Amino acid sequence: MSHSSQPQNESRRQFLTGAAMTSVTLASGALLYTSAQAKNAADTVSDKVRWGLLIDANQCASGCSDCVDACSQINGLHSADPHSAASQQPQWIRKVTIKDKQTGKENSLPVMCQHCEHPPCVDVCPTTASFKRADGVVLVDRHLCIGCRYCMMACPYKARSFVHETLTDQKGHAPRGKGTVEACNLCTHLIDQEGGLPACVQACSQAGHNAMIFGDLNDPNSEIAQRLAAENSTALRPDLKLNPGVRYQGL
Amino acid sequence: MKTKLFQWRWLLTVGLFISAPTLQADENGLYSPPHAEPEKQVSASQACVKPVPEMRREHMNLILHQRNQTMHHGVRTTDNSLQGCVNCHVTQDDAGEPIDFTNEKHFCNSCHQYAAVTIDCFQCHNSKPTEPVVKGGNQ
Repeated sequence: MSHSSQPQNESRRQFLTGAAMTSVTLASGALLYTSAQAKNAADTVSDKVRWGLLIDANQCASGCSDCVDACSQINGLHSADPHSAASQQPQWIRKVTIKDKQTGKENSLPVMCQHCEHPPCVDVCPTTASFKRADGVVLVDRHLCIGCRYCMMACPYKARSFVHETLTDQKGHAPRGKGTVEACNLCTHLIDQEGGLPACVQACSQAGHNAMIFGDLNDPNSEIAQRLAAENSTALRPDLKLNPGVRYQGL
Repeated sequence: MKTKLFQWRWLLTVGLFISAPTLQADENGLYSPPHAEPEKQVSASQACVKPVPEMRREHMNLILHQRNQTMHHGVRTTDNSLQGCVNCHVTQDDAGEPIDFTNEKHFCNSCHQYAAVTIDCFQCHNSKPTEPVVKGGNQ
């Protein structure tokens, strides 16, 4: 590169400028496309969208469990497994407290399925019950799940639970049953409707904390994409290169 | 002896000809001998999304297809969904409360028990409607 002559450098610069302008045009075209589409009940989910969450640990109150309660309420988790130990109860979202040993600073944050781009649970599933939907939501198809729990071992976030007991009176939108694995589904029944938000995000905003933002990571105009572009955030265990859809601020 | 056997066969053939007109065609134009039928737990207010003969043959395939569409592709229409069936075909007990799959009068159970076909749907899915039921309205 350093040996190349001046005119060649100039042409290269022109080419790069041209390429940059083309990509801007393409980006605005894609933007128009994503903002024009609205999902109806009969439409299939699109890979143009990637759902994600941004959790601001500075906004998350240490004693608050509104997100956990809302999740439990809407998915009918609270009545499950009366004979199981507390550590065996299904849990789709949990509050975790982390502490910096040097400074003593404590952070409280919710941890749920991180909806990875490269989910290890999907890699290890022997029956393809674990799968990633086109819009990035990682789910368990319990029609196919044989309850082997490989996915629970593979998940570095301890996000999945196993149902140990016979259940009755499940919620209509959240069928659950003994012998299958389950985890946060980002409230697909809500987000599949236009403008729908997961229950935890609604609860957090109702409590006035606004520590959770839900949106389309692929849409540069969405609040979540703009926040991620402007402010520092991190994934949990970024060393694993799973590219989770859930990202954290203030850790 | 030989002659007597021949007479019995003759009588049987005649008997079949006599009994033939008693086999009535059902609404599909099919002839079937008289048989016991399950008690139908359905009323005029619970009309189906498709013609009944089609539903009898195809309901399992429709539900299976809809299940994959919803689970994997996020399609949220309810016409062919199991929840759609359960919400509409409600049998109520004496107190007007909807009954669940363990009851033999449950819409799905009434036929499946008769046909001796075990279904696994309600191990995970709720067999009771998720929408409020008008008490006494569907009996």
